[in-house]
Amino acid sequence: MRWAVIQFPGSNCDQDVFHVLKNVLAQEVDYVWHKDSSLNGADAIVVPGGFSYGDYLRCGAIARFSPIMSAVKEAAAQGRTVLGICNGFQILCEAGLLPGVLVRNASLHFRCETIPVRVEHPGSLFTSQYQAGQVLRLPIAHGEGHYVADEATLDALFQNKQVLFTYCDARGRTTSEANPNGSQRNIAGITNEAGNVLGLMPHPERASEKILGSSDGLGLFASILANRKTALAA
Amino acid sequence: MIRAHVIVRPRKSIFDPQGDAVCRAIQHLGVSAVKQAHVGKCIELELEGDNIDQARSQLETICQDLLSNPVIEDYVLTLQPADKK
Repeated sequence: MRWAVIQFPGSNCDQDVFHVLKNVLAQEVDYVWHKDSSLNGADAIVVPGGFSYGDYLRCGAIARFSPIMSAVKEAAAQGRTVLGICNGFQILCEAGLLPGVLVRNASLHFRCETIPVRVEHPGSLFTSQYQAGQVLRLPIAHGEGHYVADEATLDALFQNKQVLFTYCDARGRTTSEANPNGSQRNIAGITNEAGNVLGLMPHPERASEKILGSSDGLGLFASILANRKTALAA
Repeated sequence: MIRAHVIVRPRKSIFDPQGDAVCRAIQHLGVSAVKQAHVGKCIELELEGDNIDQARSQLETICQDLLSNPVIEDYVLTLQPADKK
């Protein structure tokens, strides 16, 4: 499977994602500069974390107009896999590929820690290697991860099983105490309606090797690969 | 020359933690009459030309697409002719 990792000025998780894909999962992977217009035929695109354009104006607001984003939108419309992590999630929301927006954490604090995250639906392209309700330990590192959308959008997200990850306590309960940023309904990660575009605030690439303290994030990448294998066999 | 001011404000329905913190700081400083604060942005633009209507229609698009996010923010755009410096 061929992957593209987009690099914006200010991206800082691009190399982590690249490392996991290339060295842990033995994938073909290229960096793609944000000023490029081609994704080199990648099957899956990662919009990594960081602080694109210094988070000026709003997180992701300027990156969404980078030349490569037209190609990302086209790839998403064609059904290719698009994964936005942290700042990547913010960019995908600003670009209109995902509903809602991420605003300043309710506490105003930058939260950098490993926390429990619950898998809501194992049926998706991104979660097939997990169990329903499984509690993962994943790192977060963000100041603007507070997910906001109107009530109708939130209802639709849950009804359509687009909410794949929620913040929870160690026993899997989605309490307000377990919510690190004030996200509505404890939302940590959502897909688009078609299910091929995922944005999440936690960093699966920072939890993909045991030496890093958790390899719970590897299942997300493994799910994408398993899905690809099934699709090719069909 | 035209000078444009864009005020971007968080929507009333959206919790504004910055405004909340500022409000509490003001009250802490003894001005308890202040009951609400909202923190937004002011963006100042200088444009060539003197066609205000044309500038307004161009900038409305920019305000909606770039300077504000309509999911969480409202904006007010004002334009006025300006002398060259």
